[in-house]
Amino acid sequence: MSRDVLLFAAVFLACTVESVEAVTIVLAAGLTRGWRSALAGTGVALLALAAIVATLGPALTVLPIDVLRFVVGGLLLIFGLQWLRKAILRAGGFKPLHDEEAIFAAELAAARAAGRPPQGIDAYGFVISFKGVLLEGLEVAFIAVTFGSNQHNVGLAAVAAGVAVAMVAAAGVAARKPLSRIPENTLKFSVGVMLTAFGTFWGAEGAGADWPAGDAALLALIAFTLVIALGLVRLLRRERDRQPAAAQSPVSAA
Amino acid sequence: MKRRVRALGAFIYEFVVGDDPRIAVVVVATLGLTVALAHADVAAWWVLPLAVAVVLSASVLRETRR
Repeated sequence: MSRDVLLFAAVFLACTVESVEAVTIVLAAGLTRGWRSALAGTGVALLALAAIVATLGPALTVLPIDVLRFVVGGLLLIFGLQWLRKAILRAGGFKPLHDEEAIFAAELAAARAAGRPPQGIDAYGFVISFKGVLLEGLEVAFIAVTFGSNQHNVGLAAVAAGVAVAMVAAAGVAARKPLSRIPENTLKFSVGVMLTAFGTFWGAEGAGADWPAGDAALLALIAFTLVIALGLVRLLRRERDRQPAAAQSPVSAA
Repeated sequence: MKRRVRALGAFIYEFVVGDDPRIAVVVVATLGLTVALAHADVAAWWVLPLAVAVVLSASVLRETRR
């Protein structure tokens, strides 16, 4: 039960973060190049993502559970550590924060510079939306498939992903501007912690280790990873404060 | 064709391994150690959490000293 709640939370949060980034790109393309092309690109990308999840999800559940946990746990751990590393560097001030307003402005400028959109489907608007949704969505598909198949609950992972995408898309349509009020950097930090904790848990289980306290160890791992990550952020902030102002990199758009 | 395969390989590498390949190397080595200990009937659950703490700290601190 608690694993299902954590599965839902992890996939939902990851999906929300990536959806915000995708919505920013689609909004910029739609506002400058026309909504028809932007929405067509989005639709095709979503179909491609659905096909990836529908193909890989059931295929993975056929594997023996220990093999699945070993391979997927390892992959998730590598992926989660990279995600968490970036989030810690951002929170510590050593990497620019992700700024949706700045990304939106850059996308708008690039779309306007591409010239006047033609009648009908505009290739630029289509491709920009397609690439944005597909690339941002691949991380979500990877997380949903690995989490879902590892717990034999791809359906729940898909529901979590769908709810997040629908909520962010609705907010984007309503606001018609980048969703900069969503605390994206904090969400990314939380997702990094969860991916790392799940990867550690499944990787060790798949390798044949037994966790003391069984499933409860997952909660302990989340707390453990969070404490390390917050400790590193604190250390980095102190380090940054000690550095001369000229050596500090500006915190701006990523 | 060759260029596309290379681009796909580069994308997958960037997607999974990312900025610091040492993280992937340490995770793979630690998983191997966990398998070896578990098969020798030695408690092995602590290996991965320890590796996470060490490799994450080392990777982050290395970046700040660049």
